[in-house]
Amino acid sequence: MGAIFRRELKAYFTSPIAYIFITVFYLYTATYFVNYNVYYGLTDMSYVFQCAFNILMILLPLLTMRLFTEEKRQKTDQCLLTAPVNLFSVVMGKFLAATCVFLCAIAVYAVYAVVLFGLSGYLAWATVIGNLAALVMLGASFIAIGLFVSAMTESQVVAAIISFIIIMFFFMIDMLSGIVQVEWLRTVMVSLGFYSRYAEFSTGLFSVPNIIFFVSIIFIFNFLTVRALEKRRWA
Amino acid sequence: MIEVQNLTKQYGAKKAVDSLTFTVNDGEILGFLGPNGAGKSTTMNMLTGYISSTSGKALINGVDILDDPINAKKNIGYLPEIPPLYLDMTVKDYLNFVYDLKKCKIPRKAHLEDVCGLVKITDVYERIIRNLSKGYKQRVGLAQALIGNPPILILDEPTVGLDPKQIIEIRTLIKKLGKKHTVILSSHILPEIQAVCDRVIIINKGKIAADDTTENLTKNITTDYRLIARIDGAREEVLKTIKGISGVISVSADMEREKGVYDYEIETKEDADIRRELFKRVAARNWIILGLKSSEMTLEDIFLKITMDDSFELKMKKSSGYKAETASADEEKSSAEENSGKTADENSKEAEE
Repeated sequence: MGAIFRRELKAYFTSPIAYIFITVFYLYTATYFVNYNVYYGLTDMSYVFQCAFNILMILLPLLTMRLFTEEKRQKTDQCLLTAPVNLFSVVMGKFLAATCVFLCAIAVYAVYAVVLFGLSGYLAWATVIGNLAALVMLGASFIAIGLFVSAMTESQVVAAIISFIIIMFFFMIDMLSGIVQVEWLRTVMVSLGFYSRYAEFSTGLFSVPNIIFFVSIIFIFNFLTVRALEKRRWA
Repeated sequence: MIEVQNLTKQYGAKKAVDSLTFTVNDGEILGFLGPNGAGKSTTMNMLTGYISSTSGKALINGVDILDDPINAKKNIGYLPEIPPLYLDMTVKDYLNFVYDLKKCKIPRKAHLEDVCGLVKITDVYERIIRNLSKGYKQRVGLAQALIGNPPILILDEPTVGLDPKQIIEIRTLIKKLGKKHTVILSSHILPEIQAVCDRVIIINKGKIAADDTTENLTKNITTDYRLIARIDGAREEVLKTIKGISGVISVSADMEREKGVYDYEIETKEDADIRRELFKRVAARNWIILGLKSSEMTLEDIFLKITMDDSFELKMKKSSGYKAETASADEEKSSAEENSGKTADENSKEAEE
């Protein structure tokens, strides 16, 4: 796991992808931060946290799209899968590497918080930390989804688009629940919604069930990735 | 030691590999020979655990590759058909990665130096793999397989795409490796198998068409026994004399090679060995034998016959002396052990260079 994690992380930073990812993320969130917190003088960072959802929905599939597709295309998966390591640690190595790049990106929130504290002299630290925890969970969920999709296809573009669609599905599903008349189905749809669960944190509400929900999503998709790799061997 | 029992791989209705059964003993170099699409790579992928078999068993040093993949894989170094190289890494980073991946316990620096010296990639150690020539890439692939000193090496067409000089180098290297490792090598190039392997398994359409030593294959399969003798003597007289030997079915002389020297092609009954008798009779007449060789079928002929002709396959299976083969493989093993000390010295010497 360690070897794969280190290799993957290095690969991110030797190619432009990690830099592009981080730069775009900084620019996008900084725009919100400067607008709402610096310009309008809000001491509440909830807008800056909420905006991350949209940009990560687009950026994270781009970060994860090559994780397994490239291995297959270059046949390097033959090296990984014939080495004495289990599939779970292969998947975890890659998952953690992508998560690590993602953490580098969201580390900028600490800077925002400090700047805001400096400007206003006041900050609800607990809320900010709770929000950050939620953001980590959200991003890791997106990464788990993207990783799963990349194990299913050999094309990076297809992987990016499909991951985006799946994330979009989890984003839209609770919005669509309004038009559904069946009670139980609506409950399911609402409870699957990523956005409402994530947005809840930015209102200052730290909800353990929501954290558990995201952890479950991460676990399920990483598990599916292992199964997808396993299945390919049996095909 | 690799034991394969009824290994089968089915893709839909098509059987890519159809119940292969064979054993590779320690210290043996086994060649997998077959036309493209015969199932060589599929078999190798199953042996290394990259894909799973539909049915059947593959035991690597007694460990089932499907039941306990991690322990089985520890014994294998695998060079797939396309070397699994991360093009954006340097050779150094890549080999270090493989070293970590395989969780090697051997001292890192010395081991990597040994391996690089062995496959002669020390001078490109710091370079990015993408920029290496095909020959170097292949060797980095081989280095990757050698890391951790696995007792079994599985090499899928290791010389494909190399120039003749590199091919000879790689072959020499494989022969050298065969002294310390059990090697399975696949190829569709016949001279390669002949040059490197102790034993050949010919695979055709997913089935074993032949399993024997290279010598036995060329010897046993010849359906008719032919000799070519180059004799200095009066042509008609010689023909008559040879015809007089018992066991000779027919004899003919072809063009004059030197003045008064002809090549005589002699066909004899299957179990008749007329060489001594021939010598005596020719010597008695004061003629001189300048050359004598049996015109065996080349491996190439055998290969074509086996892969083209299904009826031939049955005959082959009967004649292959598999039991005898096991014994000779044991001899190889003991001689390999004797040599191993010496080769280790050689290796370290090369590493220093």
